[in-house]
Amino acid sequence: MLSFASATFRRRPPGRHGTIPAVVAAALLAVACAAPGTTPAPASQAPTAPPAASAAASAAASQAPASAAASAAASSASASEAQYCGTQPVTLNAWFETGFQLPFSLSQEFTKQFPNVTWKISQDQFTNLINETPRLLAGANPPDLVRLPTMVTLVKDGLLKNLDTYATQFGWDQWPSSELAQNRVGPTGVGSGSLYAMGLNYSMTGVFYNKKLAAQIGMTQPPQTLAEFDALLAKAKAAGLQPIMQWNASASGGGLAFPLQDLMADYGPASAVNDWIFQKKGTTIDTPANLQAAQHLQKWIQAGYFPKDVNAIQYTDSNGRFEKGEGVFTFNGDWEDANYDKQMPGNIGFFLFPPATAGGTYAAMSSPLTYGIAAKAPHADCAAFFFNWVATNPTARQIDVSVGGSYPGGPPDLAVPPAASGSIINDTLTAAQQVFKDNGTMGFIANATGSIFAQGWTPELQKMVGGQETPAGMLKYVQAQYLQELGS
Amino acid sequence: MPAASAAGARAQDRPATALRRSRLRALRRANWAGWLMVAPALLVYVIFVLQPLVITVQYSLYRWDGIGASQWVGLQNYVTVLTDQNFIQILTNAFQLILFFCVISVGLGLVVASLIRRVVTGRVGTAARTVLFLPQVIPLVAAGIAWSWVLALSGVVNQILGAIGLGGITQAWLGDFGTALPAVGLIGVWVLLGLCTVLLLTGMGKIDPALYESARIDGAGPVQEFWSITVPSLRNEIAVCITVTAIAALASFDIVYISTGGGPGLATMVPGLEIYQLAFVGQQVGLASALAVVLVLLVLIVVLPIQRMTGGEPL
Repeated sequence: MLSFASATFRRRPPGRHGTIPAVVAAALLAVACAAPGTTPAPASQAPTAPPAASAAASAAASQAPASAAASAAASSASASEAQYCGTQPVTLNAWFETGFQLPFSLSQEFTKQFPNVTWKISQDQFTNLINETPRLLAGANPPDLVRLPTMVTLVKDGLLKNLDTYATQFGWDQWPSSELAQNRVGPTGVGSGSLYAMGLNYSMTGVFYNKKLAAQIGMTQPPQTLAEFDALLAKAKAAGLQPIMQWNASASGGGLAFPLQDLMADYGPASAVNDWIFQKKGTTIDTPANLQAAQHLQKWIQAGYFPKDVNAIQYTDSNGRFEKGEGVFTFNGDWEDANYDKQMPGNIGFFLFPPATAGGTYAAMSSPLTYGIAAKAPHADCAAFFFNWVATNPTARQIDVSVGGSYPGGPPDLAVPPAASGSIINDTLTAAQQVFKDNGTMGFIANATGSIFAQGWTPELQKMVGGQETPAGMLKYVQAQYLQELGS
Repeated sequence: MPAASAAGARAQDRPATALRRSRLRALRRANWAGWLMVAPALLVYVIFVLQPLVITVQYSLYRWDGIGASQWVGLQNYVTVLTDQNFIQILTNAFQLILFFCVISVGLGLVVASLIRRVVTGRVGTAARTVLFLPQVIPLVAAGIAWSWVLALSGVVNQILGAIGLGGITQAWLGDFGTALPAVGLIGVWVLLGLCTVLLLTGMGKIDPALYESARIDGAGPVQEFWSITVPSLRNEIAVCITVTAIAALASFDIVYISTGGGPGLATMVPGLEIYQLAFVGQQVGLASALAVVLVLLVLIVVLPIQRMTGGEPL
């Protein structure tokens, strides 16, 4: 594309027979007068009520294999599979994210337990899904289940199924509110309002550390306060170690946003950060508390706690270097658990970013692995039943932990299944329970709007690394970008 | 002539008129045949080039997320593109890339082509030509990834610098504000040099050897020959090279997308990448379209004078 784009701009032959091109151009111009996006936006419809349990349905349920019967007993009594998926063969049309095994394993197990449900699974990279999802949902073949990147625009355009009725039927509204908050969209933005998506599980972020290197700088237990963490970083630097390994290249997005947000939650309340991420009206990221957080990050940059080429380090390079022993700490999420277990067995540790003062509450970025149902999906009921099954079925929850490596969420009285002993997953699961208990889950400041990461945080954090931007300037710029994108 | 004699004249002219008519008919038939021949290509051109172009202009006048309802904003998107500091920097970056993609590629291409023609002939010349042209064959995504390794802090470039005692200046070439854009520019030179060289070599093959002979008899040296005969004779080829490379610089996307993603900051952000991000990541289709229209106009503004100046035929 690079060198042969010229064909597009070739001079047209002299117009001896100019009429036909002129007519075509006129027709095209006429088309141009119409406003784009005339796709009628369907009003957000309430989900159709699932069919009432019939005698036939319950008869079919009794014929289900033993495993299904056992699991049905575990999930809520009112939700039988036949009631939502019927007894006839059903094919769920699903779009999953390439490279993540969890939904594939869950769908296999679901079919094992409920043989009348089969899957037509398409997959794509997450970055491509961001571009495709609106078109997929609006298209002729709307998916029953789809990995969702962001929701606000999709909800505004009436492309996603409202899940409120299902939430009442399945009792999702009895779960800890922090689990569903990020999947709610209302008039005040994300965070409250109607439910439009469900998390298959809930990722957790924090600080991973190299146990050998940590011992070398005398770290016997995870830091309990920010000051203790500061001291450890200084020790690592003095010992000639790379204190933090992180990525900050544009291709992966600015990974310095991880420590920045952790610091924000230390200097101010996590809820204020969430309000901004959830686009509550009148909120700003440019607050005194966040300024202190940004200044703290700048101190770390200037102290040389990040690699000197951090602006050129991509996500995979950062992990590769950390696994090879470059870096005492790295800010990342539990989606890397399995990888760290494999690459540095017994040498990997995890702690939540410490609060500002000892005994303070913990806060951390945690995202539901969000899936939604298209507004026009033919098998919405069955997909909703799948969501409930994932959160409540013991086998599904075990898969959530051992394959997905993340907290399965669901009803608070259900035990969290253990991961393999010695796995870092157990540490991140414990941490997740702590954060959910403290109601400290946060969205990610990079996801506040569609392009705030690529157009706001990443270039500004890079400039701060390069000494070309001040903490105050960064917050001001990102806020301006945020408002520009929200159109206010 | 008065009307009275017109009838008679018409009667006399009948054979001539018939002849003219049949000639016209033949002409018309030929025209239809011509249009028929062109039709498939024209149809594709209209559907895939003209229509998107018109639609892009249309989108650029709205604020639109790509799916939902749109809002008419007139020329507001163009005002943003032409006044916002960031957009200006992005457009400036594109023009800086012209320096590398265009000036260095074509200049170096001329020198290399002359060398291959005069000095390194035979097998070595063919090998050199192949090596230089290879980047055109390698997918740019693969090339971008390879170059990001070469230019990394622990990459080959820094290893060589360290080995020759220049360890002090090693850095992450694609991650530093001062060196990122030139580094991307050099990747562009690597890609385009082969294309320019081969094009220019072909042109040199067409130059009459008698010209060089007479120049030599007149006592011209190699440098004088180069400036007085080679360069003027290659006017058309040079125009093609400049056009292709200038467009490559202004419309660059893949190399930048893969090697730097536009960073650090906005140091290597180019219009093509920004359009992509605005439209597909930020869902600001209107703004992206306005930038795309501005980019098309810039390309035309840059390329048309090149065509005029060199007096070259259109590509």
